Amino acid sequence: MRLVAQIVKELLSNLRDGQTRLSFIGPPLLQLCVLSFAATMEVRDVDIALVNDDTGRASHELVQRIAAARFVNEVIVVDRPDAIAQLLERREVLVGVHIAADFSRAVAAGRAATVQVLIDGRRGNSGQIVLSYLQTITNDYGAELMGVSAAGLPRVEVRHWFNENLTYLWFIIPGMTGILVMFNTLVVTALSIAKEREQGTFDQLLVSPSSPLEIVIAKCVPAFVIAITQAALMISVSALIFDIPLAGSIPLLFLAVVLFIFSLVGIGLMLSSICETQQQAILSVFAVGYPLIMISGFATPVENMPSWLQTIAQGSPLKHFLVIIQGSFSKAMPPLEVLSNAWPMVLIGVITLSAAMVIVKRKLQ
Amino acid sequence: MSAGGFSARRLTGLVYKESLQVLRDPSAMLVTFALPTVMMLVFAFALSLDQSHVPIGVVLESDGAMAQDLAAAFSGSRFFDVTPARDRRELAAQVVAGELKGFVVIPQDFDARLKEGSRGPLVQIITDGSQPNTASFVAAYARGVVTTWLNGREGAHAAPVSLDARFWFNPEINSRHFLIPGAIAIIMTLIGTLLTALVVAREWERGTMEAVMSTPATMLEILLGKLLPYFGLGLIATFGCTLLATHAFGVPLRGSYFALFLLASAFLVPALGQGLLISTRARNQLVASQLAAQTGFLPAFMLSGFLFEIGNMPGWLQTLTYLIPARYFVASLQTVFLTGDVWAQFLPNILAMLAVGAGFFGLVARNTRKSLDV
Repeated sequence: MRLVAQIVKELLSNLRDGQTRLSFIGPPLLQLCVLSFAATMEVRDVDIALVNDDTGRASHELVQRIAAARFVNEVIVVDRPDAIAQLLERREVLVGVHIAADFSRAVAAGRAATVQVLIDGRRGNSGQIVLSYLQTITNDYGAELMGVSAAGLPRVEVRHWFNENLTYLWFIIPGMTGILVMFNTLVVTALSIAKEREQGTFDQLLVSPSSPLEIVIAKCVPAFVIAITQAALMISVSALIFDIPLAGSIPLLFLAVVLFIFSLVGIGLMLSSICETQQQAILSVFAVGYPLIMISGFATPVENMPSWLQTIAQGSPLKHFLVIIQGSFSKAMPPLEVLSNAWPMVLIGVITLSAAMVIVKRKLQ
Repeated sequence: MSAGGFSARRLTGLVYKESLQVLRDPSAMLVTFALPTVMMLVFAFALSLDQSHVPIGVVLESDGAMAQDLAAAFSGSRFFDVTPARDRRELAAQVVAGELKGFVVIPQDFDARLKEGSRGPLVQIITDGSQPNTASFVAAYARGVVTTWLNGREGAHAAPVSLDARFWFNPEINSRHFLIPGAIAIIMTLIGTLLTALVVAREWERGTMEAVMSTPATMLEILLGKLLPYFGLGLIATFGCTLLATHAFGVPLRGSYFALFLLASAFLVPALGQGLLISTRARNQLVASQLAAQTGFLPAFMLSGFLFEIGNMPGWLQTLTYLIPARYFVASLQTVFLTGDVWAQFLPNILAMLAVGAGFFGLVARNTRKSLDV
């Protein structure tokens, strides 16, 4: 009964204010829809600077093919190699192509003809992708020149499971859902105890008949309500508006959402029990939250990290949740796999919540 | 001393008072020194676009000598960690579980097809499409292994047209070298926007802002007094991050400290302006922090070109990025570290940052005047 009253009070104090209520729903949904479109590694609209010292047919043909390629926006023709250097330096083009004067002669004579390609290393990732596109163009052209029967033929057949066309949104939207839910949950819970402490009401709470367990449980409830609503909304938007196939089990995904929030509430409350002011609480959320995102595999794969960091990454609930939510969308991950990625979140939650309890209890004595 | 005019002496006093307040505030120190260090370490080690040793499977359905030779070529590739198998069903479950990022099937009739010069595909590559980047990587490099192997076998008549590619400014294409300068912009966004938003929102929340307003100091003096110490903290943090980048992570600094200082100062104008604007709108720390994260940090992270190339975004989103100050800062930072002082790029970027900053301060001026009327 005391617990119920406590929970009602916490819910009211979190959700009474309209601006606050709105800030839990509107901005995260907007973020999900806007930012998800940003995250693409597919290279498009590339500007290329070109110096063609050769007047022959072969170079003309090659330039035509490059200009017609789907990833190219504009081919800027310049006279001298230093002009390429200048455009590259100023980041006005990603790639410079220099065809030497003897290119067509070399091709006609059947000698190896080389095209120089200069790429902006500051944008190394896109640069490498563009280089591979250019490579395909010259390989195809070369194969045609040789009249080789098999060279132009595909020697391998590629099939992408779960996401045939490699639609990037299918990957990024579930990930963004995890990030946005994580941030909101951490902020709400981290502020909870710190706010009472800053305003001096924590002492009143301590002298009330409520036990530390009751205080902690009551503090968890609003975060759960907010986070579950957010997650449900975002998952619905992903499935219904973005049409991402939700192939996995929905109840299991829901269970994973609850466990994910549980682990976040643990982390948030632990931070909250340590911090003296709201400002400290918020800053500690940022200090802890961003590293958790970075090591979760959202931005770059966990396998690219050094192995000691991969071990630390196991401590990020987001890492486990991303595996489950991305597996549940499109992949239809089997229940056993879902559960084997879910238990670490339970562990994280139990450890951090116990820590929060111990700290609150210590303050009691 | 007139109450209306601008007084340098009063401003100095205010700056002194605010600086003391900042220096005594442990969380400001945390944000300036501890947070950038932690973030730099995390950014440096966690963010890597350089893939190697991607776990894949190779299903060898054939016992032929050629088939085994190709399988060996996969095992020898430094891009892959190969799990060998005889049956594709063994590997399918591991792909679903995410343990393997894909597999290559070398079919039973591989040797026969190769001998008779069959025109169809020789091997099949299956990838885990749920991670599109890794999937493209696996497809591209597996194709590369097959092509190289075939060329080697067929006596390697040199390709008639080849590319001689050179990566300027970053010849080893080390992704750390362009990610770390970008990360500095993200960290500065946190300091400039989040910290100011919180600090000033707290003043509103506690009502101390009104107390300061009732003094003879003008609004301009009060706001400058609040912002200048954070401006200083931001510059100190940039300097610290730069030292970490160049000394701990081996990123070259080919431009000058002067250019870096100028760029950082120009970036702090919109960053602080945005923080101030958020605080005047939110007036409570919870909402202020949410707004700072969602209008400051996340856009800086996603829309600045730090991780995702702006040119690849849909057109409407590219237009939106012109409003994100970090967009100009990230590009300039990558240049000042890796290329040198390219003023033809810096000057337009500095102007753009100042223009966005002027916009934020204009909005702040409108908001605060209104709030005083009430």
